[in-house]
Formats: sequence, C-alpha cells, structure tokens
Amino acid sequence: MQQKKQLLETVIHGIFLILGLITVGCVLLITVYLILSGIPAIQKIGISDFFLGKTWASTAADPSFGILPFIMTSIYGTAGAILLGVPIGFLTAVYLAKIAPPSIKNVMTSAVSLLAGIPSVVYGLVGMMVLVPAIRSIFDIPDGASLLAAIVVLAIMILPSIINVSITALEAVPKEYEDASLALGATPVETYFRISVPAAKSGIAAAVVLGVGRAIGEAMAVMMVSGNAPNMPSLFQSVRFLTTAVASELSYSSGLQQQALFSIALVLFLFIMLINATLNFFLKRDKEA
Amino acid sequence: MLQNQISGKRKAYIGIMKSLMAVSAAFTLGLVVFITLYVLIKGLPNITWELLSTTPSYLSDSIGILPDILNTVYIIIATLLIVIPVGAGAAVYLTEYAQNKKLVSIIEYAAETLSGIPSIIYGLVGMLFFCQFLNMQTSLLAGALTLVIMNLPTIMRTTQESLKTVPQSYREGAFGLGAGKWRVIRTVVLPGCIDGIITGCILSIGRILGESAALLFTAGFAHALNGFFDGLGSAGATLTVALYVYAKEQGEFGVAFAIASILMLLTLLINLLAAYVGRYFKKRRSL
Repeated sequence: MQQKKQLLETVIHGIFLILGLITVGCVLLITVYLILSGIPAIQKIGISDFFLGKTWASTAADPSFGILPFIMTSIYGTAGAILLGVPIGFLTAVYLAKIAPPSIKNVMTSAVSLLAGIPSVVYGLVGMMVLVPAIRSIFDIPDGASLLAAIVVLAIMILPSIINVSITALEAVPKEYEDASLALGATPVETYFRISVPAAKSGIAAAVVLGVGRAIGEAMAVMMVSGNAPNMPSLFQSVRFLTTAVASELSYSSGLQQQALFSIALVLFLFIMLINATLNFFLKRDKEA
Repeated sequence: MLQNQISGKRKAYIGIMKSLMAVSAAFTLGLVVFITLYVLIKGLPNITWELLSTTPSYLSDSIGILPDILNTVYIIIATLLIVIPVGAGAAVYLTEYAQNKKLVSIIEYAAETLSGIPSIIYGLVGMLFFCQFLNMQTSLLAGALTLVIMNLPTIMRTTQESLKTVPQSYREGAFGLGAGKWRVIRTVVLPGCIDGIITGCILSIGRILGESAALLFTAGFAHALNGFFDGLGSAGATLTVALYVYAKEQGEFGVAFAIASILMLLTLLINLLAAYVGRYFKKRRSL
C-alpha cells in the first residue's frame, strides 16, 4: 500500500515535470527548425549575396535573393514607429501614472487595453481604407501604400505596450523621492519629469525595447498597408519587411525560393532574440535597482 | 506666494510639458474612439442574417461567414483543451514541485522567449512541423497546435500568479492531516488556482480571435462548413484570416468591415469580461 502510494507520487511528479519541460521543448523545436531550414539557402546563395544583395527577384528566370531591402525596411520601419510612438506613449503614461484623476485614468486604461486587443488585421483594414488614401492625397503620390503608412500603423500598434510598461515603471518609483523633490520646492510637473522619470528609466527603456520587438515582428497589418514591393526603403515607396517577405511568398513557394524564405525567418528570429536579451537586461537591472 | 518665486523659464517648461501630456493622452483616447466608431459604423450595417448564416456560394454570388465563425469557435475550443492542462501543469510544476532553481529559471526563460516570438515565425514553424513533418496537412488541428505553443506562456503566467496567492498554511494543514503531495495539489492547490486559469483562458481567447499570421499557413483559408471533428481535420479560415482574404485578395470591403465590426465587438466583450472577472476574484479573495 505504502509502496503503491509512493509509486503514484513519483509518476505524478514525472508527469508534471514533463508538462513543465514542454515549454523548453517548444523553444528548442522552434530554434532547431529555423536553424536547420534556414542555413541551406544562405550557403547556396552565399552570405554576402544574401545579406548585402539589393535585389530580390525570387521568381525570375535568373533568380536573385538579396534581402538587404527587407532588413533595411524592417529597421527603418521600426525606428520610425518608435520615433512616432514612444513620445506619445511616454507622455500619456506619465499623465496616467501621475496626474490623471481616477475616473479619467479608468477610462483611459480600458481604452488602452482595447487598443491592445484589436486584431492586427483590423488595424490593417483601417490603414488600407483611411491612412493609405490620406497619404496619397496629402503627399500627392500615385499610391499611398508605403513605408510611411506602415510606420504610422506600427506606431499605433506599439502604443499599448509602451504605455502599460511605462505606467508600471513610473508607479513603482518610491513616493519618498517625489516627496523630497516637492519639499525642496519643485512643482509637481517638474518632479515627475526630473525625478520620477529618471528613477524609472530602466522600466521605460524596457517599454521601448518591447515596442521594438512588437514592431519588428508585426506581419499582417504591415502587409495590408505597405504595398509589398521589394524596394530599398524610402518613405513614399512601396516596401517589404522581413515579416511580410516571409508571409507574402510562403504559400506558393518551392525549392530554393522557399528555403530562402526560411533563411529570412531565421534572420528575423535572430533580431528577436537580440531584442529579448536587451529587454531582459533592462528588466533585471530594474529589479536589482 | 509660491507663484511669484517660479521664474518664467520654469513656468514655460511646466506649461509646455503639461500641454504635451494633455495632447498625447487626448490623441491616444481619440485614436481608440475613432478606430472603434469607424469600424462599427462601416461594418454594422453590412451584418445581415444571411451573411451570418450561410456559406459563400459562387452560384448565387453571395458571401456568408458561417463557416468562418464555426472555424473560429472550433479552433478556440481545441486550443484551450490542450493548452490548459499543459500550461496549468507547467505552472504547478514550477510552484509546487521544482526544487532545482536552475531548471526553474530555464523554464521561465523559455516561456519569456515564447511570448516574444512573432506570430509569423510560429506560422512558419507550425507549417514545417505540424503540417509537413507530422503530416497533418493544412488543418484546423495544425493551427490549434500552433496556437497552443503561442498561448502556453499566458496560461502559465496567470496560473502561477494565482498559485502564489494560495496560502502556504493550507498546504501545510493538508500535509499535516497526512495527505500525500498529489492529494494536496488535487484538493487544495488546483481549486485555488481556478481564477488564474479562467483569466488565462479569457486572455488566450482574445489572442486566438485576433491571430492571423500564424494561422494563414497552418489552418489555411477554406470556407467549407464542417462539424467539430471533420472541421479539425480539414483546412479552414478563422474570422481574422477571412477578413484578410476578403479585404486584400478579393476586394470585398463590405464583408471585411462586417467581420471587423464583429471582431471589434468581441474584443470589447472580452476586455469587459477580463476586467469583471479580475474584480470578482479580487473581491472574493479579500473576503
């Protein structure tokens, strides 16, 4: 009896251990699959042709697979989204964390979580119907589907992450810091920006990095507004991102073309891992501080 | 008194910062209101009973989204059925069993990594692993399994958080009465983390509803009407994928906006539900 009970406990312990390890298994699976399927095409195409080639013509008679346009577009697009989205998100966060009366804060928090919950295809649809025609008529260009449209959509999509993480960081600033500053004669607004914000800078940096990760990984919304031509990035031209390069050809690709798409996914994955490592660095520093 | 001591430069700084904050917050709020109203105004008039209750037909040249609605429901059910035991089990392992600190940090790091991976990469790996390697073809089941991996970290995190609120004394009491570890978990720990699992489910449903890139290549975009088990074995579009296909490939913007407004209402509903459930459990715990 005692032995049977012991056995049962061991078996159940084992089952829970396996469930716990599934997560690790998934990460390994994804990493191994991406590396194994991504390396062959890079070898065949050649590292410098692949990473530095400026032409992507995967279905041409003499195909060329240069992904520099995608890499640069992803970097420019993300940088643009950060430049637009971070100031707005940051200022909103300071307002909500420090100044807003509870009723306004409640309404705004629900609004921000709604913004986070809207599916990316809905952003894409609204972008297609509102933003793209607006850009076409304002800047008087033949087609509004462009890098600029993608940047605006991405800036909106990263707002919730930036606002929420910044608020958490700002609310964690010890009250004593602010009290000391107020006692020394600084006004509330000066205190928030000169004391609270510097004290929360690791958390705010984490918010920005999280925004970078969201922006660089977004596929569907960007696909619907960016025009999707493999050009080198230019604000008013149709462009293709790393994510959309994979998404737009995956369903009908084969052979070397498909392998090259896997390699693009591998490059994207490496970017994301780098961003995750940076994020962890800031979060850990925040915890230690 | 105080006003007189503040120099003009400081006053200007305060004024500028205040107005910048007001503008930003108003912009954010305005954006949410605009997107919501725009989608609802463009979409709601296009929702008809015919649209909701039929399948697309080339014969009568009409579009119905019933298959897409059912596919969405199927994929949500299938994903949750698998992800809840795995995610909650992993959380129980981390909080109740794990002794090895290193293993815990590896598992937690893996969960963080999973939550940072973009959905298009899930779609690609899901296609390679589930559809091709495990030979499931493009099917709702392959899509659901891909979504299981995506939603694992969510369920794990919410369950872990609620496990931490189960008082240690409950466990000690049960052990003191002579219960074995499994019995303690079954009768004391698991009932205590129901709130975390429910919160995790609501968040996951929201995420599954909004997911498109991971499903496009694993679940496909067919619009056939199937039962639950047939449906899991065959390809099918969820509402988001159908929206994408109708808007981008077929130029059917009326249908696209109708689906968008349905998704918008569901998102609103899920947000309200999550807020309500959060408040409800908080109140119950403080009793």
